[in-house]
Amino acid sequence: MTVTEQPAARRTPLLDLLNGFVVELRAAGLPVSLTENLDAMEAVTHIPIDDREAFKFALGATLVKHQAHWRAFEVVFEVYFSIRGPEYAIASDGGADDGDGESEDGIGQEGGAPSGGGGGTAALSPEELAEMLFRALMNGNDSLLRALARQAVVRYAGMEPGRPVGGTYYLYRTLRNLDLDGVLDRLMEASRDGAPGDYTTLEERLERDEFRDRIERFKQEIESEIRRRLVADRGVDAMARTLRKPLPEDVDFMHASREEMANLRRALYPLTRKLAARLARKRKHGRRGPLDFRSTMRHSLSYGGVPAEPKFRHPRPSKPEIMVVADISGSVAAFARFTLHLLYAVSNQFSKVRSFVFIDGLDEVTRFLEGAEDIGEAVHRVNTEADVVWVDGHSDYGHAFGVFWERYGREIGPRTTVLILGDARNNYHASQSWILKEVEHKARKVFWLNPEPRAYWDTGDSILGEYANHCDGTYEVRNLRQLEGFVENLV
Amino acid sequence: MTYRFDDVPGVRQLLDGVKYLADDGIAGVIYLADRLGKPVLIEGPAGTGKTQLAKSVAEMTGARLIRLQCYEGLDEAKALYEWNYKKQLLRIQAEGDDRHWSEIEDDLFSEEFLLARPLLEAIRAVDPVLLLIDEVDRVEVETEALLLEILSDYQVSIPELGTVEATQIPLVFLTSNGTRELSEALKRRCLYLYIDYPDLERERAIVTAKVPDIDQNLADQVTRIVRSVRQLDLKKHPSVSETLDWARTLVLLGVERIDAEVAADTANVLLKYRTDIDKVVKEFADNADELAEGAA
Repeated sequence: MTVTEQPAARRTPLLDLLNGFVVELRAAGLPVSLTENLDAMEAVTHIPIDDREAFKFALGATLVKHQAHWRAFEVVFEVYFSIRGPEYAIASDGGADDGDGESEDGIGQEGGAPSGGGGGTAALSPEELAEMLFRALMNGNDSLLRALARQAVVRYAGMEPGRPVGGTYYLYRTLRNLDLDGVLDRLMEASRDGAPGDYTTLEERLERDEFRDRIERFKQEIESEIRRRLVADRGVDAMARTLRKPLPEDVDFMHASREEMANLRRALYPLTRKLAARLARKRKHGRRGPLDFRSTMRHSLSYGGVPAEPKFRHPRPSKPEIMVVADISGSVAAFARFTLHLLYAVSNQFSKVRSFVFIDGLDEVTRFLEGAEDIGEAVHRVNTEADVVWVDGHSDYGHAFGVFWERYGREIGPRTTVLILGDARNNYHASQSWILKEVEHKARKVFWLNPEPRAYWDTGDSILGEYANHCDGTYEVRNLRQLEGFVENLV
Repeated sequence: MTYRFDDVPGVRQLLDGVKYLADDGIAGVIYLADRLGKPVLIEGPAGTGKTQLAKSVAEMTGARLIRLQCYEGLDEAKALYEWNYKKQLLRIQAEGDDRHWSEIEDDLFSEEFLLARPLLEAIRAVDPVLLLIDEVDRVEVETEALLLEILSDYQVSIPELGTVEATQIPLVFLTSNGTRELSEALKRRCLYLYIDYPDLERERAIVTAKVPDIDQNLADQVTRIVRSVRQLDLKKHPSVSETLDWARTLVLLGVERIDAEVAADTANVLLKYRTDIDKVVKEFADNADELAEGAA
């Protein structure tokens, strides 16, 4: 059969390949130590080399020691090993070869049969292809789906060698032609017709989830097929660089895609739990307090007046009171949300947490967040019920600070730490930075957290420099890792 | 050196034999643990069968299970070894004055006065053993260091006696619920296995295997509902053990088909938070309204 992968890659010994693989894992941010690398080398000698799944798990078990890194590992693995092994080789775009490729992995018998066995799926018209896809999804025929995914990519993605576009473009083109939403509706209809009676709500839902699951798997097939082809076209190293994805804790708040946002939200919960546990422990194992002279003397009486057992005061760690003032206008909303979430998760480390949100007006939202069982729900209420718009709904830090000072300024005391969250993009309104100066005088500390990269500060309408004069510290907090670090230091 | 297992499918079959339905990932890691002689660190949500896996492996290899349950405040004396101090005192008293101190001292710190705790016991065992260190994330970071010598070299150093080395390399399993990040040093010494919620087919197989009286259709329905529930944004997703509890409950109640009402009534077996139950019940009911409108 025609194999279009680079001949060089074929000859490369496994050792070099694994080395390249590990280098790429490190580049993607996974901490792979030398011993782990050696373990992986040893592990693969025990695994039959043609068993791809076993090979993958052997590498995974030895190299990836953190669940959140598994996704990044999978992508790198796909890139490095996807075009190796006969059943995953790329068949060239001609119809005959395609049929050939299928029989390799046993699809020929199952998948080829409905189309008459001869030319494979390539000879079908678009309508027939759609019909086959429909039936494959209906029956959950995985091997046929894989063949169809390949065919769909060949036919619709319009991939051209050497063209410098990302995989998402091809994915979009392929999916647009397949109209999977329409297919889902048809599947549901057919399933309803086929059922003996009417579906109850529950059955309807289960059926829909089942089909969604199958369609999701089909989409993944398409995605990996596109990736395989891109790798074959451009080479392993180039593709690994393009597809490299940041780990969840390194994803930039400001530029997270919808999928990354969902991952972030999922990563946030265990992170808050860990942080809370760590902080509680730190407090418990904290240093002993200063010598308690009175108590030591009292206990010395039992040793005949010899102070044999020194007694110490219990440490009284200061519990700061926190006031969070957060900008929740569109550009930085996600950041404010994560910060509030994290602060409330560790709120037992503070004597009090009060939160205020603003766009150009300002409102206190402590009542929504305090004691809320579900922080997501609380944030939703903040977004809908808080009165934060004054004129036009564009950030106006000056006015918001004015309201804050006027209404709550009196409540700032020497134990209060004020956190201000925002990008300081003031839309060219008056800065009113004198307010911040007053706040700094009254409060224990004033910190400013900015989700923008430091290089962008004070460009355009960002006036952070002006406010920074009156803050005890300004911090760049672009991802979960930085946020966690900041909160830990704060306590 | 002889190995316990021949190949990955073999491990799977053995596990099937003791009614633990593994996937290729799980079987593969256990196979490697045997081949490389390395401990396995198992992480995953609660109730996905981490501890059960260790027990099942012990059962299928015929090994004695030695279990060390971790908790905050666990120390050397509870995990490794302790000198039997009372017995030592008795020994000194029984001896009297006629023997020289140095002779007694040699006697006092001998194996006779050593109380072996789980880790040392596993190292000294001559019969096949499997060491399970359960919920290792509960101990403090400093205590983790106790484990390192055992995990990498299979030996325990006792200052008075010297180093006790393992006569055989036992299988070692560590489980963690991920309440805190384990140290790099610990992770580096282990193979890592993450056990997630099983996929539909595997969970159905587990339900059928563990609840023998269940009807095939009901098992199918149970697992499909659980899958849908897991897709919702809940405080705690139903684990495999909760799925099994639910399936048993339904069998006991004599339910043949689950409808929205039955699901709502028995949801408290599957979910452990009031808010989660409300959410699930509402989720299924909300749909009903939409559909009714759509039909009208």
